[in-house]
Amino acid sequence: MIEKLNLYSEVEVTLQTAIDLGLTELEFNKILEIMGRTPTYTELGVYSVMWSEHCSYKNSILQLKTLPRSGGRLLVDAGEENAGLIDIGDDYAIAFKIESHNHPSAIEPFQGAATGVGGILRDIFTMGARPIAALNSLRFGNLDSERTKFLMSGVVNGISHYGNCFGVPTVGGEIYFDDCYQDNPLVNAMAVGIVKKDKTASAASEGVGNPVFIIGSSTGRDGIHGASLLASREFDEKTDDMRPTVQVGDPFTEKLLLEATLELIDSGVIAGIQDMGAAGICCSTTEMSAKNGLGMEINLDLVPLREQDMSAYEIMLSESQERMLAVIKIGMEDKARLIAEKWDVSFNQIGIVTDTGIVNLFRNGNQVGSLNADSLVLGGSAPVNIREFIEPKYLQETRKFNINSLKTDLTQEEIFWKLITSPTIASKKWIFEQYDSQVRTNTVSIKGDAAVLRLKETPGKGIAVTTDCNSRYVYLNPYEGAKSAVFEAARNVVCVGAEPVGITNCLNFGNPYDPEVYWQFKEAIRGMGEACRALGTPVTGGNVSFHNQSKNHAIYPTPTIGMLGLIDDINLIMSLDFKEVGDSIYVIGNKRNELGGSEYLKVIHNLISGEAPILDIEEELKLQKLLLNLIRSKSISSAHDISEGGLAITLAEKAISSKNNLGCIINLEGDLKDINIFSESQSRVVISLNPDKEDNLIKMCDLFNVEFYKVGEVSLDSFIIKNLVNTNVSYLKDKYENAIPLIMNNLIKS
Amino acid sequence: MKFGVVIFPGSNCDHDAINVASSYSETYQLWHKDTSIPNDIDCIILPGGFSFGDYLRCGAIAKFSPIMNEVIKFANNGKYVIGICNGFQILTEAGLVPGALIRNNSLHFLCKDIYLKTENTNSIFTSELSNQNILKLPIAHGEGNFIVDDNTLTELESNSQIAFRYCDKDGNVIKESNPNGSVSNIAGVLNKKKNVLGLMPHPERYSDNLLGYNDGKSIFDSIFKNLN
Repeated sequence: MIEKLNLYSEVEVTLQTAIDLGLTELEFNKILEIMGRTPTYTELGVYSVMWSEHCSYKNSILQLKTLPRSGGRLLVDAGEENAGLIDIGDDYAIAFKIESHNHPSAIEPFQGAATGVGGILRDIFTMGARPIAALNSLRFGNLDSERTKFLMSGVVNGISHYGNCFGVPTVGGEIYFDDCYQDNPLVNAMAVGIVKKDKTASAASEGVGNPVFIIGSSTGRDGIHGASLLASREFDEKTDDMRPTVQVGDPFTEKLLLEATLELIDSGVIAGIQDMGAAGICCSTTEMSAKNGLGMEINLDLVPLREQDMSAYEIMLSESQERMLAVIKIGMEDKARLIAEKWDVSFNQIGIVTDTGIVNLFRNGNQVGSLNADSLVLGGSAPVNIREFIEPKYLQETRKFNINSLKTDLTQEEIFWKLITSPTIASKKWIFEQYDSQVRTNTVSIKGDAAVLRLKETPGKGIAVTTDCNSRYVYLNPYEGAKSAVFEAARNVVCVGAEPVGITNCLNFGNPYDPEVYWQFKEAIRGMGEACRALGTPVTGGNVSFHNQSKNHAIYPTPTIGMLGLIDDINLIMSLDFKEVGDSIYVIGNKRNELGGSEYLKVIHNLISGEAPILDIEEELKLQKLLLNLIRSKSISSAHDISEGGLAITLAEKAISSKNNLGCIINLEGDLKDINIFSESQSRVVISLNPDKEDNLIKMCDLFNVEFYKVGEVSLDSFIIKNLVNTNVSYLKDKYENAIPLIMNNLIKS
Repeated sequence: MKFGVVIFPGSNCDHDAINVASSYSETYQLWHKDTSIPNDIDCIILPGGFSFGDYLRCGAIAKFSPIMNEVIKFANNGKYVIGICNGFQILTEAGLVPGALIRNNSLHFLCKDIYLKTENTNSIFTSELSNQNILKLPIAHGEGNFIVDDNTLTELESNSQIAFRYCDKDGNVIKESNPNGSVSNIAGVLNKKKNVLGLMPHPERYSDNLLGYNDGKSIFDSIFKNLN
């Protein structure tokens, strides 16, 4: 059959070849059926990549489709473009997205994390948006282990290296430490950009006869099969051998590519443009073509190469970074070339747009591929798998676990010190000081529950951004846990005075072919969907990372939520820290005392068990509405939600971040004597306010029907929870800020 | 007066410098490949960033940009140049200010607020400052550890070329307030003629109260007041 089309195959293709490339027998048979012949080696390589979970979402799409993926301020439906696009008014839009780079970071933390940042930034500027903020959601194993220190050091260095040099402020994120991430750390990178609505670019090919250009770095042998093999297998003793599948990042080239790309889009020469991250040329040529039912003739001899003897297969699958594929409007090539030359960015025509729907590939005078673009992509003939699911057995154990049966000899104060110095809770200053958080001079605050940025483009307005996911809750109850992740992200955004408008998600799970893992996935999506619908925040896009698993044990399901909030008046924002001695401190929300999945259980009893905190949607929505109202009417002086470590840790963080060593005197007696200061029950916020405003607060809480209770007042220097904790703010600050440096500096000594 | 901001490939604080400078006066954008500087520019800003990726010594490649020949002539003619962060590194590479900037002693990039004591208030860059007022400014660099040999240090001191030193919030110049290991806590230096200033902290980042502080504005105020 190959002879008939006169196609050249470097290697004879058999079922075994397909299996070696990560395809199943079923998938190989489907390819034979679609093509009506045996594919060439290059074609098979393209299928193996395009039909990987990373590109096709084959095992996740049926679930993802149940999420709200349009409506509200969303300008393009989820999955249509490289990133989500939210209308912020005044002719501007915010592009944002989160993506994982877990597998590369596990075997080469520095480059893995660096190229994770690079990849997500390209997703933003390929839409014409200038990146204005980056965030990172990281998960590591126990920080006492040398491997974790090595991984965290490398990942932080990689993020710092790439983001700082590129010139995007890294303004937020979160880091958790749990044993389940020991072999399989998570590195989820989020980027946010701003674009004028009439200057956005699309990732669809357009205009038969238009030339196709590759812009940016030359193509090398790095990253081949990063998406299809490395990211689609579990961790084992062979994983280290896959280090060459990790790409190498060059943030300087990316910076030039950014400026050139934005100028090209602005100048009107671009008909369509897509960045090349996972799966390189094969993904960009076929996806761009499939969107408008077009084809391309691609001469791979014209692709600038780092090594001249690269085969068609290697060129197509290379994941070399800092490259874009652009369809240029015919006749505008010279105008485009001048812009590329200005920025010293390489600019080479490699093909032309056709109306055939077929991507034809040529190398060294041979035709090496003839691919039906539609057959490769999601929404075309890419596989859509219905996966089996079954409730995991471990849940029977964790649910029936009786927390009341636990005993400890530790006093509440001893427990408090253990929690405040636990790496998951302690200050992450050692990490975030390595990131440039201010470049571009928009960063208003990085210290609160969400980062706040002003927008110079829309004076007076701003945005709030955060990432959240407590995976212990998701592990104990995927539905409630994912729901809580969305609502916590929204609550964090509201705590700084912003209105939640949309989310991006990064779904990190184990092996989807394991029915218990798939049940976690399905339940998490159900919880996320319910939360997003209730909040009116559509899912604008994101990424799925399966196979986060080693030695038959999967990570906790970790559906990381990146939330965008809008601030109409940048002067009406809120911070978490105590402001004045004598201010009253209230908790608004509820008095529940859930302890399942808490940091307390983990640190004190070494247990991840019980039922996850249950979130009441009505209660949460009322709380968020009330809080936003209180902030916008200047009725309170500080706000910080209760999360890991409970009320005690929330109060401590409010004291530590205060400017003049402000502490608090808390009295939980009488009605409040049953309050557990380490409970992580959801939907609670600690606020402080001038006593003159208490009457108003009480009126507002009644109006919004939100439970509230006064717990104490702001003091100078002392940090006292009566009969439980008695210390001072400087000592507290010292313990909190030095916990992680003490562990990490050990690494440097040894 | 007019400012000119040089844009090197890899500059990333260029927009920030332009944003502040243009709030004072008309501001030209100068391209690294330019071979002339408009006559009406009074003060050139070399902005922060990672010129040419800083893959070699920071600023070592930027020094060879065509515009730098012009900047050197501009400075030698007595006109004013301020280099911030990467701009400071480029100034040392170009020989316009003494010393060199090496890896922070922590070996980490550091972005944090520091306090600055102004040591020389007689330059056009610092005349609106006082030795008593301690500035709060951010640093954001991996290579800000200023070094000079002992003789040069003595010379810098006797010529009043030390513009800023890292200090604590009360103005004490102590080891604990030195974020990167710089010799004698030096954060900024002037050339002999005092028409070129290089400093590691970023005044352009704290020139707007919305961003928390505006201590950096006093440096731009000084330049504007003296040159306008």
